[in-house]
Amino acid sequence: MNAPMPLVKKLRVATTSLAGCFGCHMSLLDIDERILKLLDLVEFDRSPLTDIKHCGPCDLGFIEGGLCNAENVHVLREFRTHCKIIVAVGACAINGGLPAQRNHLDLRDILEEVYQTEHLLGRAGIPNDPELPLPLNKVHPIHEVVKVDYFLPGCPPSADAIWKLLTDLLAGRTPSLGHGLLHYD
Amino acid sequence: MSETDLIDAVLDRHRRDGTRLMQILRETQEQLGWLSPATMTHIAAAIGWPRAMVSGTASFYSFFHTRPRGRYCVLWSDNITDRMLGNADLMDAMCKKLWLEPGRVSEDGLVSVNTTSCTGMCDQGPAVLVNYRAIPQMTQSRLGEMVGLIRSETPVSEWPAEWFAVEDNIRRRDILLAHDLGPGQALSAALQRGPEKTLGEIKEAGLRGRGGAGFSTGLKWEACRNAPGTGGNPAHYVVCNADEGEPGTFKDRVLLTSYADLVFEGMSIAGLVVGAKKGLLYLRGEYRYLLEPLESALAVRRQANLLGKNILGSDVEFDIEIHLGAGAYICGEESALIESLEGKPGRPRIRPPFPVTRGYLDQPTTVNNVETLAASCLIATYGGAWYAEHGTEKSTGTKLLSVSGDCERPGIYEYPFGITVRQVLDDCGATDSQAVQISGPSGICVAAEEFNRRIAFEDIPTAGAFMIFDETRDMFEVARNFAHFFAHESCGFCTPCRVGTTLVQNIMDKIAKNHGSPYDIDELFKLHRLMQGASHCGLGNSACNPMFDTLNKFRPAYERRLKSLDYEPACDLDAALSQARQMTGRDDAAAHLHNEEKT
Repeated sequence: MNAPMPLVKKLRVATTSLAGCFGCHMSLLDIDERILKLLDLVEFDRSPLTDIKHCGPCDLGFIEGGLCNAENVHVLREFRTHCKIIVAVGACAINGGLPAQRNHLDLRDILEEVYQTEHLLGRAGIPNDPELPLPLNKVHPIHEVVKVDYFLPGCPPSADAIWKLLTDLLAGRTPSLGHGLLHYD
Repeated sequence: MSETDLIDAVLDRHRRDGTRLMQILRETQEQLGWLSPATMTHIAAAIGWPRAMVSGTASFYSFFHTRPRGRYCVLWSDNITDRMLGNADLMDAMCKKLWLEPGRVSEDGLVSVNTTSCTGMCDQGPAVLVNYRAIPQMTQSRLGEMVGLIRSETPVSEWPAEWFAVEDNIRRRDILLAHDLGPGQALSAALQRGPEKTLGEIKEAGLRGRGGAGFSTGLKWEACRNAPGTGGNPAHYVVCNADEGEPGTFKDRVLLTSYADLVFEGMSIAGLVVGAKKGLLYLRGEYRYLLEPLESALAVRRQANLLGKNILGSDVEFDIEIHLGAGAYICGEESALIESLEGKPGRPRIRPPFPVTRGYLDQPTTVNNVETLAASCLIATYGGAWYAEHGTEKSTGTKLLSVSGDCERPGIYEYPFGITVRQVLDDCGATDSQAVQISGPSGICVAAEEFNRRIAFEDIPTAGAFMIFDETRDMFEVARNFAHFFAHESCGFCTPCRVGTTLVQNIMDKIAKNHGSPYDIDELFKLHRLMQGASHCGLGNSACNPMFDTLNKFRPAYERRLKSLDYEPACDLDAALSQARQMTGRDDAAAHLHNEEKT
């Protein structure tokens, strides 16, 4: 006879996209009807899905994107402070990804080219409003700034890979994608 | 002579044979300075190989240049022993005098200055290679003169001859270095005894490979001898591994300088035993200066009927050819070496099949270390039982140690196996030693409390390197130097090693910049486990050994560099906003990131 599953407290999950394209979040939504099952198991804290602006104490932080400006660093630190587990999701969080393609150029040259010299673009000068976060000299993967517990590779990781990671974590298993979900194409 | 004619002459000398591509590329480069796209296209067409394979080989090896490299190419050997002798300051001074950045060719195409992996001059560093000619014992005054010669474009061949003098520095001789064999003596004893009985003596002697792994030479020769050749032209081959790339090792250089006859004779004996008619000596590119003396030694042996057909009146035929490498540590691995001999990038093969059944040109091949082959001459002459009286039960005979680092008398020491580390330290005049790196970066780091351990396959196996560090040395920097070495030398074939060696290097640099935390140390252990288990060959398996050993034995050298017990960023975050602050002129609170922010 199957004993009924003990009622466990729902896991609190926060998600964010730093210097990313929201593609990893789209892939999360691609778990389709499994999202209903997910909602039985977790509740969302700060996330583009909830529009909650700041993170409270959480079990899991799901980070898409790398770090390209000061605000990204603040958000990432807020997540690290409040989440027991941080997962780097997707190529940009893990390696810097597409935004890091600017890393072989000097930031000063980029700003000059875009805001001052290039004639087709605005000539209003380099924006310096204190409201705007300053870009970092180089784009960094998130593990260079905070401790990251797990990495979920892919661009984006497939819905099945995200589902496997989430269900592994929920069940207390060390996440392991294994054959089929971890591939290079 | 036009460039095309020059290349054609090289190609003709090598019979337009693609398996000789390494030699074709090297000789072409020696004439033309670098390997231009047009040169590679021409060579590819001539040998009938796809162009991509030719550029694949050309771009794999550090010593081949597919971009103009400057008329003078200065490479500073960057082993830890060169560092300890002050190579960094000298190289810095050279760059300043020449108005150069390391690694860049000067605007006028005159000169480039860079570092290279250990060039095997650890007992007489700091060493450089200038246009691939070795110059040991660099000093400030020599440096000034050298810069003058480069500026006046004096050909390297006209530089002061004494600069190129490489010392043997033999400090202790035992049965091998004190041998009294005349040329041909060991070979004629082997011929008289015949291949089977000679093999029997080698097995009875218990001779084990001197390259570090210690595989039984007798078993290797027997397996090769028993393996049938393949295809339409079955043959057997003997390869002498003189790609002495392990940082800190230079004993093969000395054997090839002053005991070349013994090495060639050992190859001939191996040829007799396995039934090979051809031997190949793979000489590391750093020892390019030995090529001409070795070729002359071969010519003398041919004259004396010790090589060629009907050797010493028998019906035995054997000859030796020398192949030069081009600056790739990985080619010391026997299957990578064979790939290189065949003109390909030096990537280790998947084994089995082992080289003894499918080696060079897919034929049975025995690959032996220089010292192993030299030792076989003693066995062929005096017998296996005599040889086995020396050394220990499982490590018979003697071992050459290449002693360098903090001691009064660096150089070559030959000891019977079983010698303690402490005895070697006493003999070479080492005081206040805190550690010895035995068998190079891929070997083990022995701390002072272990100096009673013995050098033998039963305890500490070694390929010969013996680098000594006294108490003034920082063992973290020693390990970091080795981490950079492995990241540079990984062949790139398998992901665990290609990516892993770079991750290890980055973590070591992060700790060096005082950005480290205990998480980084954990990460080093994790990478060690992963790379040891998942790498394709020994390079990746052992690439974390220096970190693993020093973390276990010299952990405070790491810990005192850690910034805190919390996780730390790999960079200074506030400094990471510097360029944006400069360009926007902002200096408000939001234009700064505090490194210890806790929200």
